[in-house]
Amino acid sequence: MSRIPLPYNPKVMDLFRNPKNLGKMEDATVVAVAGNPACGDMITFYLKIDEAKQVIEKAQFESYGCAANIATSSIVTEMIKGLTLETAWVDITWKKVTEEIGGLPSVKFHCGVLAVGALKRAIRQYFTQKGVEAPAWLPKEHTFEEKQALEEEELAKTLSKRLKPEAEKQS
Amino acid sequence: MVENVKELLKLHEGITHEVYLDNENSSIVPQEVVDAMLPYWNKKAYGNPTLTHKPGWEAFETLMGCFQKISRTIGAKNLEEITFTPGETEANNLAIVASCFAQKGKGKKIIISEIEPINVLQVAEMMGKFGFITQKIPVDREGFVNLEILQEAVDNDTVLVSIAAVNNEIGTIQPIKEAVDTVKAKNKNVLFHTDCSDAYGRIPLNVQSLGVDMATLSSAKIQGPRGVGAMYLREGITLDRILEGQIGTQKLWPGVENTPLIVGFTKASELAFTNFEANTSKMRLLRDKLVDGMFAELPDLRFNGPKGDKRSPDNANVSILRAEGEALTIELSLKGVYVSSGSACSRRLLQPSHVLIAIGRIFEEAHGSILMKTTRYQTEEDIAYVLEVLPTAVNRIRGIVGSTGVH
Repeated sequence: MSRIPLPYNPKVMDLFRNPKNLGKMEDATVVAVAGNPACGDMITFYLKIDEAKQVIEKAQFESYGCAANIATSSIVTEMIKGLTLETAWVDITWKKVTEEIGGLPSVKFHCGVLAVGALKRAIRQYFTQKGVEAPAWLPKEHTFEEKQALEEEELAKTLSKRLKPEAEKQS
Repeated sequence: MVENVKELLKLHEGITHEVYLDNENSSIVPQEVVDAMLPYWNKKAYGNPTLTHKPGWEAFETLMGCFQKISRTIGAKNLEEITFTPGETEANNLAIVASCFAQKGKGKKIIISEIEPINVLQVAEMMGKFGFITQKIPVDREGFVNLEILQEAVDNDTVLVSIAAVNNEIGTIQPIKEAVDTVKAKNKNVLFHTDCSDAYGRIPLNVQSLGVDMATLSSAKIQGPRGVGAMYLREGITLDRILEGQIGTQKLWPGVENTPLIVGFTKASELAFTNFEANTSKMRLLRDKLVDGMFAELPDLRFNGPKGDKRSPDNANVSILRAEGEALTIELSLKGVYVSSGSACSRRLLQPSHVLIAIGRIFEEAHGSILMKTTRYQTEEDIAYVLEVLPTAVNRIRGIVGSTGVH
């Protein structure tokens, strides 16, 4: 068991206790998931997009994770409201999210990374889903945050594979 | 950082009822134990027990009484078999490091179970630097060590076996006597150590009938002060110190004995062993009420570890599916209920409780686990309060999870 003191700041605690934009969105334009419960860290983002203007009208989330995970997911949904897809893609980085939330303990930086990974995945998915060509501002290769999300998911798969035979053997 | 903590503490203002169930990680020292310690800071026996003056002789007399009382609680032959250390971490370190060094040249294999506490697991692994190799014996779904594999593992190269009498996370009471017999039948020179930190005061213990060579005792885990523990070493076995310095009343641990803490530990032991049956029944009653209440109130729970007589009376470990443990500990703290979790919650480390993984729990189950230990100082009202706030807390956290991670 890792034991690291986690003195969360008041903003993190406030969003943990009263998360903004929480819950499933029934009329979402796009839904994206990042992380894996095996890692104790998973986020679902729901975006409602004004397709004519390419603007994020609203965003909602659900989160399986620690207080930092919940708070960073919540703040991302606040930060992207009203932004064009391009601005959201370019401006929202994990560093900016960490800053916006007033800082995180270093072992919790990955929560902000995963939240932004989920956002970028949602934006990318929007274009794939529509079957239109991706705009010029959307790079073909994955960003840092998307890579991290993928890495975490891969790790979860490896871990689960390694566990399964053991679990079966004993049941 | 410290500013944040001040704000965090402010969020707890107005709590009307507090229940401390995190007795795994530290505990409340009851007033009667505090009162027993108080005079020894500045009223009497404050001297160094090896010096020739009144406060020194008082300290010596006091300590001898403590050695005597502690040795009796575990059925040791004489008081010289007890060494006070600054805690169970140090006692486990002493037992493992010193017994390996004492047998250098005779063999290089250490055998432990997969579910030993960190202060055994990592020390055994550290001995790799000195040429020792650690083999971990697997456990079944309830955490019982596989004695057949243990028997196979013991060979002429084996110097030490260390298996905790009660697992600190899931309360499994190991068949230590059978394990000792199994090991000694195969190789009588092997030293057998058992960490009794979670057994002491919870199950009857007699080092002579168990046949162990070394045992670790903890003060903090029986509501004594932190910063003190003890190691039992059977008469006739010679070990070297692992730390050097001024030697006082004990050969195996240098430095000036901390009389007030040792007095507190001894007082806590006396209290635990006077009315042992009533004390353990109380823990069991409260623990069972807590667990039964949780299962009555909440769906999708998993009980971790054995039930009934095979489990330590104080231990409750429950996995709450569709909830993450760290979030739960915070949510419960804001309501005055203090528990710990086996969640990893750190991507870099990504290590949920090794004990829960060893008994075949999947990662999600480990991340959502909470560990609670009852004490005889708690009341039924305390448990009722926990059961009042726990479902709300779990439901809120599950509400944030929503459909995420449901598969």
